Amino acid sequence: ALAAANDKYPEEAFKQKSDADVIKTLYGKTAEPSDKVKMDAPEIAENGAVVPISVSTTLADVTSVAFLVSENPNVLIAKYNIPAGTLPSVANRIKMAKTSNVTVLVEAGGKLYSASKEVKVTVGGCGG
Amino acid sequence: MASTIRVRASSNGDITEVQALIQHPMDSGFVKNAKGETIPPHFIQQLTFEHDGKNVFAADWGGGISKDPYVKFAFKGAKKGDELKISWVDNKGATDTTTAKIQ
Amino acid sequence: LSGSLPRLARGADNGGVYDLERSGNARILHITDTHAQLRPVFFREPSVNLGVGPMQGNPPHLVGRAFLDRFGIRPDSADAYAFTCLDFEKAAGRFGKLGGFAHLKTLIDRMRSEGGSGRTLLLDGGDLWQGTGLANTMRGIDMVEAANLLGIEAMTGHWEFTYGEKALRANLERFKGEFLAQNVYLTEEAAFNDAKAFDPASGRVFKPSVIKEIGGYRVAVIGQAFPYVPIAHPKRFTPDWKFGIRDEELQKLVDTHRNTDKVDAVILLSHNGMDVDLKLASRVTGIDVVLGGHTHDAVPQPIAVTNAGGTTLVTNAGSNGKFLAVLDLDIGKGKIKDARYRLLPVFSELLKPDPAMQALIDKTREPHEVTLNEKIASADRLLYRRGNFSGSMDQLICDALLGELNAEIALSPGFRWGTTVLAGQPLTMEDVMAQTAVTYPETYVQTMTGGQIRDVLEDICDNLFNTDPYYQQGGDMVRVGGLAYTCTPTETVGKRISDLKLDNGRALDADKHYRVAGWASVNEQTGAPVWDVVAKHLRSGKPPNRSPPGVTLKGVEGNPGIAGQA
Ligand SMILES: [Mn+2]
Ligand SMILES: [Mn+2]
Repeated sequence: ALAAANDKYPEEAFKQKSDADVIKTLYGKTAEPSDKVKMDAPEIAENGAVVPISVSTTLADVTSVAFLVSENPNVLIAKYNIPAGTLPSVANRIKMAKTSNVTVLVEAGGKLYSASKEVKVTVGGCGG
Repeated sequence: MASTIRVRASSNGDITEVQALIQHPMDSGFVKNAKGETIPPHFIQQLTFEHDGKNVFAADWGGGISKDPYVKFAFKGAKKGDELKISWVDNKGATDTTTAKIQ
Repeated sequence: LSGSLPRLARGADNGGVYDLERSGNARILHITDTHAQLRPVFFREPSVNLGVGPMQGNPPHLVGRAFLDRFGIRPDSADAYAFTCLDFEKAAGRFGKLGGFAHLKTLIDRMRSEGGSGRTLLLDGGDLWQGTGLANTMRGIDMVEAANLLGIEAMTGHWEFTYGEKALRANLERFKGEFLAQNVYLTEEAAFNDAKAFDPASGRVFKPSVIKEIGGYRVAVIGQAFPYVPIAHPKRFTPDWKFGIRDEELQKLVDTHRNTDKVDAVILLSHNGMDVDLKLASRVTGIDVVLGGHTHDAVPQPIAVTNAGGTTLVTNAGSNGKFLAVLDLDIGKGKIKDARYRLLPVFSELLKPDPAMQALIDKTREPHEVTLNEKIASADRLLYRRGNFSGSMDQLICDALLGELNAEIALSPGFRWGTTVLAGQPLTMEDVMAQTAVTYPETYVQTMTGGQIRDVLEDICDNLFNTDPYYQQGGDMVRVGGLAYTCTPTETVGKRISDLKLDNGRALDADKHYRVAGWASVNEQTGAPVWDVVAKHLRSGKPPNRSPPGVTLKGVEGNPGIAGQA
């Protein structure tokens, strides 16, 4: 119902198989790594099916945020639209099929910024 | 029937922090069941949060969001007692909507 | 000690080893990873403790002679026996057992009285409640009582969590000290359901830190629980909690203590493991000393790590009650002026057991004595566990799994706890339990393809040898029976394990299915508890399998983390 009032669902972007293709399909421009994009993700996932990941940024005029997992069958996980008045800070939980690079994209002032981190998915067990 | 959507919205002066937890299988379409058959995709595609007739947050989701999705964000311009309206629609066209009072 | 061993002249036969020069105005005492060993034990330090990448050749990744050289310890000395594996059996006969809580209490009380009233603090780094048959049966209550009598003022945890939330909370009700953990949070579901938490606003489940007054100065002690509890153990024990290293939250906490609470010193009581602590100390500022545990490294001197805010000392205090760390601080306003650290081996024969603690231990053991003391076999050789790849005790467990469960391949977890039994000594149920006492002891048999087996070995190996400590999670390498392989620790994940061969010499076929037996799975299993399987195997009197462990190491020639074979 209300969801229809949203921007159009980016169907094509969700089908892409590489970070580059997602970025091209979704934004049509390239992303620049920025230390102003702060991603909080575990080094080792406690459960690959539920990996808590969040992002915040000090960049101004943020209009959207997206989460990408390079090794997942579909790379794009989520895109969040941030209207004026909403803070550029989002937390969610994602699935990871295996150890992968996780990338957060932040669209701010018409430009695209990114941060990445490897998150390890392990079978676990053992210990001191 | 109880809503699939649970919301916690709390105002701290100018900023309202919102957390939502939604019951949904979020099947990606890439997982097989015990019999070896592929479980068809079934996931929420769009989720919106509305305050005072305005969108304050909107999500586009793929099948890579975890089962029973959780999301947290914050926005300005609301006060205690205001209502938030939350809705989702999934890839099969199912929807749910709820409202929550900002605490 | 049994009369079967030759009694040589003692090298440390006077209590003079405990006459410490006094310094400073505050004394912090630290024990860690005692693994519930209430009585004195033999514990052989590892002959393989490899460091790779930046960790190669640096403490704690030194063994044997390289260890003695690095820390200036005289060969054949009592310290050489306590800290290394060199001439272990001979030295064991000479210097005897170490640890025991009655002996520990005597030493702690002495260090306390010398430190001065109101000027000492006793901290425990966790892995206190688990590791023996007694603790397993009593769900750690025995250790809570011992901790109270010892006077532990604060602790953090790891294996404590494997008793589950209910037992953990019940034990903490009885515990007179503080349980500290800055890095344990409610899951989102648990927070929505208003699950119990120390701080519901942040979701922190436990009190993160405590400020103690010592000799007129304020010392903040922050707890850091083992960051990977839900990965290393079945998730069902801690379904509502999330862990992780969380060094950003830690930094905020340190800053609050420094800037708002105006403390004079900050101590991190950590169960991260030493490599993780060394990296953490390079990133987080404002911590004076990390008192570390988990990796069971007995490191005689702190490692000074520089970071953007100054220097942080990182220590690790060994395991199984073998050591008491004594940290003498000279605290001034807002800073530590001087620190002096000693890791004292607890030579049981040099310390008169404290009568009250001995009475508590005897009373607690009494109803279980017959079961624990049952002699099952004799040790046919030195039986020990600790080491990166294998130990004779684990070979025995693998033999039991292969034989009793009719499997082609056995897998046994690379736990770092588990005591040592000398050749010729009786092997009791208590000894078997000291290797196997977990809350998920069920054995299993499953079919796995050769490819899956290799993937599991690769995965576990990366948890041990990833060159970034924050991506290490494991204990030591999983032990294998019926299988040989080559390991190249310096490689990257997916490339470390090669030349997998079955005992019959055939190469492991990636597509073929094999019967694999194991225990301590993170998934729920239903087989007999492993201690019964091992006891049955020992009672059957089958001839011991003395073939060497089938691990060939590549690319680590000259690494001072190896003394002798893998
Ligand atoms: Mn331990
Ligand atoms: Mn531990």
